[in-house]
Amino acid sequence: MDILNALVAILNFVVIPAASYGAQLALGALGVTLIYGILRFSNFAHGDTMAFGTALVILVTWGLQAIGIDLGPVPTALLALPIGIALCSVFVLGTDRTVYRFYRRKRSDPIILVMASVGVMFIMNGLTRLVIGVDEIRFDDGARFLVSVQQFRAWTGLSEGLSLRVSQAITLAVTALACWALFRFLSRSRAGKAMRAYSDNEDLALLSGIDPERVVRLTWIIATALAVTAGTLYGLDKSFKAFNYFQILLPIFAAAIVGGLGNPLGAVAGGFIVAFSEVAVTYPWKKIANYLGFQPEGLLQLLSTEYKFAVSFVILIVVLLFRPTGLFRGKSV
Amino acid sequence: MKKLLLASVAGGLLAGAAGAEEIKMGISLGLTGPLESISPAMQKGAELAMKEVSDSGKLLDGSTVTPVVADNTCTDAAASVAAVTRLVTAEGVKGVMGGMCSGETIASLEQVGVPQGVVMISPSATSPALSTIDDKGFFFRTSPSDARQGEVMADIVLERGIKSVAVTYTNNDYGKGLADSFAAAYKAKGGAVTVVSAHDDGKADYSAEVAALAAAGGDALVVAGYADQGGSGVIQGSLDTGAFETFVLPDGMVNNVLVEKFGTQLETSFGQNPSAEGEGHDKFAELAKAAGFDGTSAYAGESYDASALMLLAMQAAKSSDPKVYKDKVMEVANAPGEKIYPGELAKGLELLAAGTDIDYVGATSVELVEPGESAGVYREVDFKGGKLNVVGFR
Repeated sequence: MDILNALVAILNFVVIPAASYGAQLALGALGVTLIYGILRFSNFAHGDTMAFGTALVILVTWGLQAIGIDLGPVPTALLALPIGIALCSVFVLGTDRTVYRFYRRKRSDPIILVMASVGVMFIMNGLTRLVIGVDEIRFDDGARFLVSVQQFRAWTGLSEGLSLRVSQAITLAVTALACWALFRFLSRSRAGKAMRAYSDNEDLALLSGIDPERVVRLTWIIATALAVTAGTLYGLDKSFKAFNYFQILLPIFAAAIVGGLGNPLGAVAGGFIVAFSEVAVTYPWKKIANYLGFQPEGLLQLLSTEYKFAVSFVILIVVLLFRPTGLFRGKSV
Repeated sequence: MKKLLLASVAGGLLAGAAGAEEIKMGISLGLTGPLESISPAMQKGAELAMKEVSDSGKLLDGSTVTPVVADNTCTDAAASVAAVTRLVTAEGVKGVMGGMCSGETIASLEQVGVPQGVVMISPSATSPALSTIDDKGFFFRTSPSDARQGEVMADIVLERGIKSVAVTYTNNDYGKGLADSFAAAYKAKGGAVTVVSAHDDGKADYSAEVAALAAAGGDALVVAGYADQGGSGVIQGSLDTGAFETFVLPDGMVNNVLVEKFGTQLETSFGQNPSAEGEGHDKFAELAKAAGFDGTSAYAGESYDASALMLLAMQAAKSSDPKVYKDKVMEVANAPGEKIYPGELAKGLELLAAGTDIDYVGATSVELVEPGESAGVYREVDFKGGKLNVVGFR
């Protein structure tokens, strides 16, 4: 019984929260890595694309709610998501047309594109605040819990509770679905193969009849779809606050680099590594030890929680020292 | 003849010393930064007192008062020092209503206020560190120290029968000061603190913090943070994982934002924040309404009182020189004497001119204790029925 309690405590406080946070990071990192792999620059505007797209999704959600459409126990935002993605893609393609295409045609160094993306980031930053404001917004509706702590305790008779929120379950399911679809698209479809060819060698791809502008457009649309999905899932799970999406950019980049920039599989793995290291390394094992029959003096905490960000960056540095291209052999940075 | 001449010369000198002048008063607030939402009402509160005194024409033989405003950003100590330096050296203010946040107040007081000899009265800096600072008598505050709030909070928690708590605080001077003073008071009164850990504001995810607090355990969680920042992130995480159900919420968290967000989930939670009740409070609210701002906004009344105290002290000392009137601040603020409420500053000035002692009550029932800070009235609140209810004052 005590071993079960210990297991449930770990599940409730470490595995489930870290898994859903990791899934959100993984989706974000996939977008970053895709842009890096195919357009060859680190897109700093990615966090704010997430924020802007989520803001659009929220507006559409409100519209749907106003005319009385909802999905029952599932958040209405999921219905609004495709519309949000479409609107945000139009905007992102606009930034490509006005900003990035100019530098791409000039074959500028990647660093110039990176700086241009910082500019785009600030503009989107301001735009998001103009559109929806700086306040915290909660837009989750429907049921909040699949399993709540009280229910779980009543069912099992354990002293530890376990909760699984609808948003966490949806996050994991949508992430799995999106990854499966993306990998299938990249490896099987004609357009996906064209993208990979373009990523390997731009000139050869051009010679073999691939339209580079089409590849670029497709890349932006897929990356935007991933970003808006990640942003919406994050917003459903926590809450929407424009500033937080700027903050989340850092762990997303850490995830993409740990996994290997340009490698989609690496981005997914990186997302989970960063999330689990943040939560697990700072977890105090006192309670678990109690259940297993030890009576420790202290909290049995490896590092205090202030250091959780340091943890993911230490992992990042170690990985870059020993495998400069990341765990899954991406492109070297 | 000789006597007459002497008398007139003396009279002339006296008039020169205390004649009408234009007195500039500084206002140093975080008009931009994390507390920018409550600054405007504080600025208006301070200006209201200055205008009232200036319009009465009774301060130091008809001197006028002109406010000069500076933005101290609340978080950036260097910017605050620069702002207050400008007020003192370029504008020549005779006193500063400010600073606003504890960190920048300490910096501007140590680097400008004390060395330049200018009185600073803060309406809202509550760090216990300001009680022990070597201020040479130039610093006062109309808000209580968080050391006092820590005591009050410990009493409330114990009275509700909660014997062990976990504490989390926002990682800055305010959060750390409050968490430490609470933990010390609570332990001294017989409670057990399982863990005291920090959380950072504006982060993407608080599961690690919640996991750590839950592992340490406790009957309730004390959240010394901000309602629209990490504080509510931690509460959200705790509610979702069932880590804690009861939260103890000090001043930064007692806010309607929290009620809107969590509603009935805070059924068993409670807290306290500094707030005055009574005649002075109501009068100030009316004055503020007439002047077009919300007098019940956080620290607006304290700002009015801070400005009024400096001007009344000038009158009592018969001088606008901060080095002289600083010694009169405690005297006008405390009993004995005639009670002075908001809107009665002219009466106070008259009484002081006639040599009568006054006891300034103001908007927040000002009573200064050594070393020059408010004794502090706190209102105890709970969140029964998804509402913010006031249950009492202490």
